[in-house]
Parts: sequence; structure tokens; C-alpha cells
Amino acid sequence: MKVGVVVFPGSNCDHDTYFVTKTVFGQECVFLWHNDPALKEADVVILPGGFSYGDYLRCGAIAKFSAIMDRIKEFAARGGLVFGICNGFQILQEARLLPGVMLRNRGLKFICDHVYVRVERNNLPLTVQCQPGQVLRLPIAHNEGNFYADPELLDRIESNRQVIFRYCKPNGDITDAANPNGSLHNIAGVANGQGNVFALMPHPERASELALGSEDGKHLFQSLAYWVDRRMAATG
Amino acid sequence: MAIAELLQQHNLTEGEYDQIVQILGREPNLTELGIFSVMWSEHCSYKSSRIYLKRLPTRGPHVIQGPGENAGVVDLGDGLAAVFKIESHNHPSFIEPYQGAATGVGGIIRDIFTMGARPIALMNSLHFGMPYSSGKVAPTRIRGEKQSQHIQVSDSSTGEFRARNPELKTLKPKSDTRHATSETQFSSNQMILEGVVAGIAGYGNCIGIPTVGGEVFFHPCYDSNPLVNVFCLGVACKDRIFYGRATGPGNSVIYVGAKTGRDGIHGATMASAEFDEDSKKKRPTVQVGDPFLEKLLLEACLEAMESGAILGIQDMGAAGLTCSTCEMGGRAGTGIEIDLALVPQRERGMIPYEIMLSESQERMLLVCEKGREERVLGMFQKWDLDAVVIGKVTSNGILTVTDRGNIVACIPNDALTEKAPVYARPAREPEYLRTAPLLETDQIPEPVDYNDLILNFISTPNMCSRRWIFRQYDHMVRTNTCVLPGHDAAVIRLKESETLALAMTLDGNPRYCYFSPRQGALLAVAESCRNLACVGATPLGATNCLNFASPENPEVMWQFIETIEGIKQGCEYFDAPITGGNVSFYNETMGRGVYPTPVLGMVGVLDRQQVVTASLKNEGDVLLLLGDTRPELGASEYVSYVMQQDLGPTPEIDLAAEKRLHDLLRTLAKQRLLQSAHDCSEGGLIMTLLEKSFLSGSLGWKLSFDTNLRADLFLFGESPSRAVVSCQKTALEQVVGEAQFAGVPCQQIGEVVPETLKLSLQRKLRFDTNLATARAAWLDALENVFKT
Repeated sequence: MKVGVVVFPGSNCDHDTYFVTKTVFGQECVFLWHNDPALKEADVVILPGGFSYGDYLRCGAIAKFSAIMDRIKEFAARGGLVFGICNGFQILQEARLLPGVMLRNRGLKFICDHVYVRVERNNLPLTVQCQPGQVLRLPIAHNEGNFYADPELLDRIESNRQVIFRYCKPNGDITDAANPNGSLHNIAGVANGQGNVFALMPHPERASELALGSEDGKHLFQSLAYWVDRRMAATG
Repeated sequence: MAIAELLQQHNLTEGEYDQIVQILGREPNLTELGIFSVMWSEHCSYKSSRIYLKRLPTRGPHVIQGPGENAGVVDLGDGLAAVFKIESHNHPSFIEPYQGAATGVGGIIRDIFTMGARPIALMNSLHFGMPYSSGKVAPTRIRGEKQSQHIQVSDSSTGEFRARNPELKTLKPKSDTRHATSETQFSSNQMILEGVVAGIAGYGNCIGIPTVGGEVFFHPCYDSNPLVNVFCLGVACKDRIFYGRATGPGNSVIYVGAKTGRDGIHGATMASAEFDEDSKKKRPTVQVGDPFLEKLLLEACLEAMESGAILGIQDMGAAGLTCSTCEMGGRAGTGIEIDLALVPQRERGMIPYEIMLSESQERMLLVCEKGREERVLGMFQKWDLDAVVIGKVTSNGILTVTDRGNIVACIPNDALTEKAPVYARPAREPEYLRTAPLLETDQIPEPVDYNDLILNFISTPNMCSRRWIFRQYDHMVRTNTCVLPGHDAAVIRLKESETLALAMTLDGNPRYCYFSPRQGALLAVAESCRNLACVGATPLGATNCLNFASPENPEVMWQFIETIEGIKQGCEYFDAPITGGNVSFYNETMGRGVYPTPVLGMVGVLDRQQVVTASLKNEGDVLLLLGDTRPELGASEYVSYVMQQDLGPTPEIDLAAEKRLHDLLRTLAKQRLLQSAHDCSEGGLIMTLLEKSFLSGSLGWKLSFDTNLRADLFLFGESPSRAVVSCQKTALEQVVGEAQFAGVPCQQIGEVVPETLKLSLQRKLRFDTNLATARAAWLDALENVFKT
């Protein structure tokens, strides 16, 4: 698998994502500069966490105009795998590659903490190595992670089974107390209708080594690698 | 304008003005006067502290760079170096909490990357007035006097505690250590706390540097005098450290980053005076931070440094362009000549005085090898940053400022740096030390109901969990944080090395320092080293931030000098040289100053496989108390809680015993014999035990042991040089053996059990509660204050 990590001005989880894919999972990884439209033949393009353009105006609102975003849209339209983490999620929403918007957390404070999410679909490139209903312990770190969609859109997202992760209790129960930011339907991650563009607010790259307290994030990176390898084998 | 008025505006004395005239051989013009005023301000010149700071130990086998540069540097091994420093941003944070704190973070980060290091961790030490009542003491009738109007009245269960202990009511609070806070003051303190925390979070989170730890202390002396001390640490290759030196006459001086505006003019001067009722009018002297711009600056500077074309670099912090130009020239023995017309400006019509004194944030000054400017400028353009050659290095040792060719200022560097005034201000032992009441232990009745008492005590501002604060800080970005906030020291792994991890901590106890500045400072050094030892680390070097009231008060000066002596003694004893730091005087509003508040930042190394944390790990593990508990309650959190007044004396310390404990903790960590370790500090043994349980989330303890001391002294006393460790039963014999060999008293006190907290002393059950209830009281106390 070859991963391209996009670097926007203000991305700050770019090095972390690179480190996890390259050093922890031994995959090929390159940085993609926002102003240089070359995707360098990446199999997966990751939009990492951070504060692209300072999150000024609105999270992700300026990054969507970067030169690389047009190429990412073409790539996605051809079925390429695009994965957003945290700010990457917000950028993909702004770019209309993923549904919904992020409001400020309901407590109006930035939250950095470990949370639990339940895997709602394990037939996507991001979750193919997870068990159905598996609960993952992952960190969140955001100020605007309160997923919102109008009722009609929300219905569509649910009926299309686009929700990949929901905030939950350690036992997997979906409750309001387990919802850190007020997201509708406890939504922590979604995919597009085709299932090749997906994102989540928690940071799997921060939970892929025992030294950091949790390894649950590795299932997602391993899923991506498994999916890409299988596809290569099929087409190769 | 009369000269006297001008001098007053510039916070310069007539004597200082005469000195300026003598140095220049002429009267200064207005721009020059402005330049002198900022460079000779207390904040920049350290004029009241400099002679004493020289007494601190600054050399050691690991020290690569001591004080005098933008930050200190210590050798980590494996070709790596740690670059770190602490700075205060107290005055701006009172005037405008969010931006004051945010720009404090921005400033210290620039100090670190200017040395060629990538910043990887932030910590902060915060001091505020009480955000809510601690203790909520019942109405107290003072002998023969009217009912005290100052003491907070409430119906809380501490009141009940007092009702059951009627002797307390007869005590007479006196001296200015009495706690008295009004509701208005609480809400003002809450606002400052909320703003400061949001400012730190806003800047640190955006720039992507984790805030991994720190300390928060509440006390009425910080009403209107909040202290915001920010620490940053970076990692660099040992042979690629950059310095703030303008080397090589003929080389180019490059300005990069934000445009210069009229913001922050005289910020350093503002930070060098006490506050009065008009202080809020000083809001325009506080700058507005732009963490996004600084993130670009950080990445661009680190890239430019890799190119090899950068010879020297310094950030523009306090005193902006003035300070960076004269200091870079001063350190290299050269001069700098700049043309202000070339400086990128945010607004039209700025005069040289304003440009030179602006403290606009996110700006750097570089010296670039002649002929390689284009390459360097290109790197900044990649990051969409302004970068302009504004002048050159000269050989004359003079700061020359021109505006379209006309000289507007011409001052020898050393006049602004080495020749700045130095004062040996009068010092006198404070009157209060002779008059302040000391605690007589039998003044304090032994509590009847420990359950109630402890549940209240753990929800007071100084004892409760800091989760509400650190949850707002991104403490995990950069994926190096091995130990989350809330433990003894933060631990960061280094991706550049296979084995190395760094431990860091900020410590101090103003109450100890109030009753004995020397002893308090010594205890702060000891505690910071103990915190490192608890996680298994060995200290390499330290930084300090010394927060005091007005140095023009001889009693404050005495506190300062005594503090220096305490730090000196401690740092020498524990081999932890001071590599830099910061002094903040004038933390005083309307004549009311802060307690002497030295904050020690200690940095150490350890093997990342041998990290020990504070939380309990397994059911059935054995708990051991290491160290001696003496019958001392003076200056403790408990006394202030029960008596609503600070009463000395400061605890004693046996340095040799302290050192033995540190060595033992490290030995046990290396042999991987420990499941957990946590030192005893504020709140005493009981807080240590409770925190170990609270941090685990679900594991409690069943403790039963004997002591010759009264139960409350044993549980709440703050004798230093102690820690509670837990180990597996199979390791017990080895742990006890190591303690005996090390000469550290070791007492088996109980075992780890699920869900409950039970403590018996002298075969009598004193404390028995459900872990979840107690943990919630501790965890939510601060958060509840801010719930609307």
C-alpha cells in the first residue's frame, strides 16, 4: 500500500500519520503538498488532523480550495480511497465529499480525551479487519466535532448505512452520556455512498502503539492495507 | 513635553536618564529613549535580579547551553539535545486572559525553535485566586469581636465538621494569610481561569504541540495577580543548535513572519510595573496571537535552518525588533544596521519609535550568509510568509536604525545590554515572619468523621482533579505522550531514539515559600526531582520562573534573595543545573503582592521501557509507604483548609534522605519491580493514596497500619521525601530488600482491592467509602463550577 498524506498549511497530525503508516505498519508513505496537485500514485490519500489555515472562517473552509483538492475529487470519483481524520473529516465535508457538517462541541470547549466508538460497518476498506460491533478505544481532540445533518439527510445517511462509527459506552451501548460532543445519532465517522471516501473524528494514529496506551487504531490501518493488497492481487 | 513626564511615561528614573546621556554623550531622541526604556525595563534587563541570578549553578556534564541564550540546552545522549525554558506572561494575562496566555505560549515556542529544535511538549504552571470557596467555613465568632465579615459563610458539611469540633471556633484568625474572598472575586477569578486555559488551549492545540502537564495552584494572593508560566521543550540534533548571534559583518539581516503593527508597544515596560485601578486601560499593550502564522513560521524556520544558510536567529518577543537586533549584535560582538522603511508594516504612517517598540507576535530575525538570501527567502515564500532583507551585520558594535537613509537611532549594543543598570536593592527580612502565627498542632482538634472530611477536602480547589483544564489541551498530538496529564511527571518518548524518553515536571509551593522562601525553594527543587524519580527518570537540568511582587519593596527583595539561595542549594545537591529561566517582578495590584512563587521546571531522561506511573495497576498488589513521616502540619493544604488561614512553619527537609529515596525509586524502576509510584506532596499521604486510586479508575485499597502519630498528622502532614509504591506480592521481598539496602524507611500499609477505599489506623477504621463516589467528588469539582 502506498499512502499519501496531504500537508495543508496548519496540518499538525501529518507527521503522526506518516510515522504510523511508515514506521509502525511498514507501508510506503509520502507527503503531498497542498499546492502541488500530484498525488504521486498513492493508493490511499489521507487528509490528516490539524488546523488547516488556522481553522479560520470555518474548519476546512479554506483548505477545500487548495490545488490538491481538485485532484482528490477526481481520484475519489474514480474510486480512489480517501481517508479523513479529524480536520481531514471537516475538509472532506466542506469539499462535499462527505455528508453533514460539524458544529462546535455541545460543551463549547475543546475536548481531548479517550472515547469508545462502535464499528457499525465492517465491509468498508477502513474497517474490513474489524469485527461487527467491535468497540474501539480511541482519542479525540477537537472543538468542532458535533456532527449535524438536517433530518432528511440524516435519514438518507442512516438508510444508506453510511455511518461507520458511533460514540458508545465501553460495552458498546449507544447512549447520550457516551456522546462527548453532541453529534446526532452519536455519529463519529461516516463514508460516502460508494464507500471509498470515509472519515472519523477520533485519531486512530494516536492509538496504534502500546506505548501510547491503546492499539485499537491499528485495526483501521491494517484494514486499509489488507483492502489495497487484496485489490492489487485481484487486478494484478 | 517636560522631560520628567516623558521619563515617567517610559518608566525610567532621572538617574537612569543621566546614565543614558553619559553613555551616548548627548541627549537621546524620542526613538532612542523608547529603545532604552524597553531594554532597561525590569522585564528585559533583569536589573534587580541579575546580581543574584549569577549565584545559581549553571554548569554540569550535560549542559550544552546555560542561561543567556533564548533557551537552555542539555545533552540527552544518542546525538540528541533537549532545548527548554519557562517564561511568564503574568501581566498580560490579567489584563486580557485569553490573548495574554495565548501569546505567552507563542513566545516560549519561538524561544525553542529559534535554537533549531522542534518543539514537542508544553507545560504550564498557573496560579489564580480562589475560583470557589475552599472549606466554606461556618460563621466564626472571634473572641469579643464582631463576627468576621471576611470569612465565607455556608452550610456545607465542612461547617458540620466544625460544628462537631467546637474548639475550632475559638481560634482567632489574624495576619494577612487569612483567606477571605467575596463572590465577585470568585467570579472574576473564574473568568481569568477560564480565559487563560482557553488561551493556552487555543494556541497550543492549533500549532500542534501537546500540553502534557503542569500545575495549578489557587490562593487569594493571586486575586488580580494571576501567574501564567509556560514551559516549552524541543529536541534538536546536538551538533545543530542555532544561536541568537549576528555573526560575520556584511551578512544579511532578514525579517520574517507577521507584519509589524502598533500592538504591544511598551509591553515589556507594562510588565515592569505594579498594577493599579487603571490597569484595564493597559489592554492595548497586550498583543493578539496568531497560532496558524506561528505554525507556518515554525515549519519554515526549521526548513531554512536545514539549508545551512542561516547563521543566527532570534525571535522578536518582548521589546520586538529592538531586543532582537541589539542582543544578536551584542552576543556576537558585531553591530546591526537596519532600515525601517523595509520592515513589513500592517498599518500606514508608523513612526520609527512605534516600529522599534512594537511587540507584534510571530516575527523572527535571521542572519543569513551573504549571497544565499534568495534561497532562504524562497523557503519562506513557500509557506506564504513575508521575508525581507532589512539590513546587514556591521563590525562596529552599534545598533544603527535608519528610515529611508536617515539615521533615527544609533546606540552601542552594550549600552542596551551589559551596561544596563544593575541594582542591589535594599533587602530586609519581612515583618510578617516575626509576627505571623505559627501552628501549634494541638490547636487543631482531631477530626471525628474522616469520611466526611476527606470527601470535602478532595473537592477543594487545590486538591481536586485538573481534568476540566487538561481536557481542553491537546495532550496527545505528535504521538509521543506516554504518560497522560495527572501523574507525577509527564513522559514523552523520542521517536529519534530507540530507547530514550524524557520526563518533565513543574513544581513549587508558594505557601512553603511564604513562610520560608529559602526552604520553600529548596523543597520545590526536591519535589521536582522526586517527581522525576517516581517515573524512573534522572534529572539533567532545570529551568525556573521566579514570580514576585515589587522588588522596590525590601521585604520582597529579601524573599527573592532567599529563594535564589534555596534553589542554588537544591540544584547543587541534586545535580540539576539551571539552564535558563525568567524573573517576573511587580506581580502586585493596589499594593497587594503575590506570595513568593518560584516555579521549578525539571527535565530528566529514562528508558522508555521502564516508565512507572502513579495509578494502581492490579488487584492484590501490595502498597508500601517509603520515607519518614514527621509530626508536621505547618503550611499544609490541610491546615489552610481547616483553619481558613495559612499557618507556618514550612516542612523540614533532610536532603540526604530525599536523595536516598530518589535513588531507590530509580533502582526499583530499572529492575521493573514497581507497578506504580506516586510521591507525597500537597494534601499529604491521603491525597497520594487517593490519587493512585482515582487515576486507575476502578482500583481502590484496603489499608491497615500503625503509627505513633495522631491520625490526622499522619494522613495530612506534608513531610517531603516520601512516596507510595505498589508492587506484586512476588516482588515484595525484593522491594523491601532494596529499600533496606538504600536506607529508606519502608512500611507495608495494605493492598489493592477493587472499587472500595478502606483505611484503618491503629486498628480503628477511619475512612471507608465507595471509590466511585469519592472519585466523582474529586473529578467533577472544578468542572461543576463552570457548568451553566
